[in-house]
Amino acid sequence: MIEVRDLNLSLPGFALREVDLSVAAGEFFALIGPTGAGKTLLLEAIAGLTAVDSGRIDVAGREVTGLPPERRGVGIVYQDCALFPHLKVRENIAFGLRYRQVDPAAGRVRVGELAERLGIGHLLDRSVTHLSGGERQRVALARALAVEPVVLLLDEPLSALDPAFREDLRFMLKEIHRISRVTTLLVSHDFGEVQYLADRAAVMNQGQIEQTGPVEEIFSRPRTPWVARFVGVKNVFACAFESGRARLGDSRIRLAGPPSPGASHLAVRPEDILVSLERPGGPEVNCLEGRVSGFTALGQVLELQVEAASVVFRCQVVRQAPLDGRFQPGQPVYLSFRPEAAHTL
Amino acid sequence: MAASTVSVLLLVFLPLVQMLLSPSPGLLWETIRDKDVLRAIWLSLYASGLAALISLVLGTPFAYLLARRDFRGKKLLESAIDLPIMIPHPVIGIAILSVAGAHHPVGQFLAWLGVRIMGSVTGLVIVLTFVGLPFHVNAVRTGFTAVPERLEKVSRSLGAGMTATFFRVTLPLTWRSLVIGQIMCLARAISEFGAVVIVAYHPMTAPVMIYERFTAYGLEYSLPVAAWLIIASLVLFVILRWVSAAGEKRP
Repeated sequence: MIEVRDLNLSLPGFALREVDLSVAAGEFFALIGPTGAGKTLLLEAIAGLTAVDSGRIDVAGREVTGLPPERRGVGIVYQDCALFPHLKVRENIAFGLRYRQVDPAAGRVRVGELAERLGIGHLLDRSVTHLSGGERQRVALARALAVEPVVLLLDEPLSALDPAFREDLRFMLKEIHRISRVTTLLVSHDFGEVQYLADRAAVMNQGQIEQTGPVEEIFSRPRTPWVARFVGVKNVFACAFESGRARLGDSRIRLAGPPSPGASHLAVRPEDILVSLERPGGPEVNCLEGRVSGFTALGQVLELQVEAASVVFRCQVVRQAPLDGRFQPGQPVYLSFRPEAAHTL
Repeated sequence: MAASTVSVLLLVFLPLVQMLLSPSPGLLWETIRDKDVLRAIWLSLYASGLAALISLVLGTPFAYLLARRDFRGKKLLESAIDLPIMIPHPVIGIAILSVAGAHHPVGQFLAWLGVRIMGSVTGLVIVLTFVGLPFHVNAVRTGFTAVPERLEKVSRSLGAGMTATFFRVTLPLTWRSLVIGQIMCLARAISEFGAVVIVAYHPMTAPVMIYERFTAYGLEYSLPVAAWLIIASLVLFVILRWVSAAGEKRP
């Protein structure tokens, strides 16, 4: 449905370089990456709102690289909603209908139905300047959906909302996608949002795509140290591989399979590490002796820093009031994790 | 603060009020019945109105370009557009005459077309456009800059072309800036004397007539013409401001 091939786009001080992206028809795809990675720019390039230097963009099997935005059939919803302040809610939603040759009576019905489905039917005659953040975002979504785009681009649509509104809209987005099956490309910083909504994702960094794949794979098996750190794998260590094991200091880490070709790093998620005061049993589990060097309270979770195998591991333990004194700096502990939790990059 | 306010009000209004109150009602009435005076005031308003309209047509797309695009030499262009505000106005008149003269290709081309600049309404309108255009461009550019570009992008993604986007999104949000730009341009053009007196002493505009009557007959004969020019300008600007304010209440 969306095919981006070898896309290059230069702006003063920033560039998208050799971007390749493929989103299947009906798919909910997420673009994730730090601020300034070029996610919004890529979205605008697909929508035709920013001219590209080279490369090719296809939407629904048709090359659109040189087409103006109004002829691409690509809808876009921005984080700040970009509602037309001089128009009422109804006029905002109906804005694009005249360009789709929708009969006025049919247009009114479509606007009404969409507004009802998005829970803003009672706001149709209001000015958009008097709406809450959640209401504004629903109007922006209804406006984009009203013209029945072949592709819907969502640029961090939920990030400016209060948590309660965010959850409501997240469910709504999922439901709308389930019903309409419109191909959707979502830009988001929120990993929970991406995991809930998207089937596949691409991780962008400094104008390039670092990894593309199913969302769960990106989070569980990042391919580069940068992606690993970005998706929250805090234990990423340079290491050597010998006889199918990773050598970390004096320790040999057992792996579930052979290291990936060209691998130079070992990655373990903090939540995959068990911290204990006594050596756990089981020869198949990696077990390292270490010493607590510090800790940080993160809400209900305590993040421990443990020196083991010549590196500092970050591990998470659930806070339990009677036992919180267990892990003081200097305390000897055991770190254990299954070979499946040790990824090579 | 109160002293500052009073000082500013005195500085601005005292001479103007004095000018309006000095001529007797009889003299004012007699002056406005003078066809030369009427013609001069009308020419000032008419030529300034034309200059404002030309600025609207030429300056608005240019202001949009400055507000929306970044390009090499933009700062230089922005400074250049302000030049007519800064340089002495007789210099503007001389510059226009030098371009429109018989020795310049532009002047030769205009002569071939039968267009006369020196001492003509055409020359007058060109001069007034020259001095008024920067005011329109600056006011309108500020208005365009205040409209988030994303509104236009969303409009395009919804199927509206560039022209439709301008008329359905950009213009409704900036038309007050356009009115303000026109007011500024008109005001500047009506008050222009230095460049006009070089390019078109005749046909005579109101400022030139005021100057001529002052130098030939003294203050008493120039004051009533000046008073009528102020009254006419005031009425015009009050109407424009009223239109702008009425639109503000009805976005």
